[in-house]
Amino acid sequence: MLQTISKKRKIQSMFFRNLMRICGWGCAAIAFSICAYILVRGVGELSFGFVFSKPSYIKETIGILPDLLNTIYLVVAALALVVPLGVGAAIYLCEYSRNAKMSALIEHAAEILSGIPSIIYGLVGMLFFCQFLGLKTSLAAGVLTMVIMNLPGMIRSAQESLKTVPVSLKEGAYALGAGKWKVIRSIVLPACLPGVCTGMILCCGRMVGESAALLFTAGFAHSINGFVQALQTSGATLSVALYVYAKEQGNFDAAFGIAAILIILVLAINLLSGWIQKRFGTLD
Amino acid sequence: MLTARNANYDSGCIHVENLNLWYSESHALKDICLNVPRGSITALIGPSGCGKSTFLRTLNRMHDQNELVRIEGDVRYQNQNIFDPHIDVSALRKEIGMVFQTPNPFKMSIYDNVAYGPKIQGIRKREQLDSIVIQALKDAFLYDEVADRLDQSASALSGGQKQRLCIARALAANPKVILMDEPTSALDPVSTHKVEELILSLKEKYTIVIVTHNMQQAARISDYTAFFLNGSLVEFSRTKEMFENAKDERTQNYISGRFG
Repeated sequence: MLQTISKKRKIQSMFFRNLMRICGWGCAAIAFSICAYILVRGVGELSFGFVFSKPSYIKETIGILPDLLNTIYLVVAALALVVPLGVGAAIYLCEYSRNAKMSALIEHAAEILSGIPSIIYGLVGMLFFCQFLGLKTSLAAGVLTMVIMNLPGMIRSAQESLKTVPVSLKEGAYALGAGKWKVIRSIVLPACLPGVCTGMILCCGRMVGESAALLFTAGFAHSINGFVQALQTSGATLSVALYVYAKEQGNFDAAFGIAAILIILVLAINLLSGWIQKRFGTLD
Repeated sequence: MLTARNANYDSGCIHVENLNLWYSESHALKDICLNVPRGSITALIGPSGCGKSTFLRTLNRMHDQNELVRIEGDVRYQNQNIFDPHIDVSALRKEIGMVFQTPNPFKMSIYDNVAYGPKIQGIRKREQLDSIVIQALKDAFLYDEVADRLDQSASALSGGQKQRLCIARALAANPKVILMDEPTSALDPVSTHKVEELILSLKEKYTIVIVTHNMQQAARISDYTAFFLNGSLVEFSRTKEMFENAKDERTQNYISGRFG
């Protein structure tokens, strides 16, 4: 006869299983209750006027359309720079660079950059873009700061997906007489598209949620501008507006309204990224 | 010139003279001298790590990407040394196609996989591409199985079909020589049989060099066999001759299964 499991071991394993269960559920509960609290307090604030108008000091109403527009401008402009730069750098590191030490150095630098607190990016952005380059406090300076801040992440996620492209596919293309660029364009890039998309969406999330770095660089004006005009003038994004309404004006209702919109936006972005990974990540 | 299509002068013949290859410090190919006969199937056999795949991959310069590899000696194709810096490696690879150990169809449609080579060569006209793709698929015994789904992803095919697709892809580039690196080692017996039959049907039009560690396969399909051991070419002769009456004792031992 085989020995049966001792009572002590049974109790032990039950204890640890339940401990881990508490940890898991605890984490989920914290995240869900924050979301729920914000949504419950914030959704009540949302109205057509709140979302689709600008604030009026005479009527004393608050509207977040300028902040919403600024957020969109910022994300679009920054992505337009981050994606080509980041993917290009990743392709260089993975496909062209023959100097392993150099690649390691660049990778290391990217890693360090991604660990720097965002307020430091804000400080540097303010000194370099706003003052040294003379962009003043403007959305353009904010965009450039976001580019610097998100570049490492973009490079990393593009690189990770480039590394997953099987050597056998590249060799297959080379063996048919394809040149390097042709191989990259037709084999490597399509295969790493899902990774790039995921990186892009993560960048979106980070930019939408960023406040510290933008307070210094993009400022906090609430006026409605066109894209080009907005880049040249100071403008608050949603997260910055949240800070301004809550801390400078003590208007927590408006802050919760914005928070609700931010949460909804970030959730949507996460769902989108999950969907893209499911849709394109399992092509093979 | 390599790019000239009408050069029937010695076309399809590869002459290897005193070929040496090093992976950084290790001497992987030692003084290989070998003439690949035209219009026939040459099998490269030998135990794992003997250099047969390494040798095969020098013939279309697949080592170019690897900076640790150093090559000395001559590989002459159409009377030109393929390592000559003036040679366009793309043109060389259009002449000398390759099929790999694991089927590696691109993540595109079946049609686009086969059209990949011709497109690189600048063929853009739809009718011309159509006829090349269909002919290549027919030559690879695959057309009937995929005729109604040419626009579907190649990843849905079975392993054997994928490998025949890869052969069709190589054929579509209109090569004179096809190098095959253990093309059936990842396939089941039925698929292997189909691919072997296909290879046999190709030798009328192409010169084929095939690496295999399956000696029965070498005996079944090849006209010539080269036996490699520890980076050296031990024996090269007609397959029948080698399997019935190997000159070198080491070849006899390997063929009779005493090692490897």
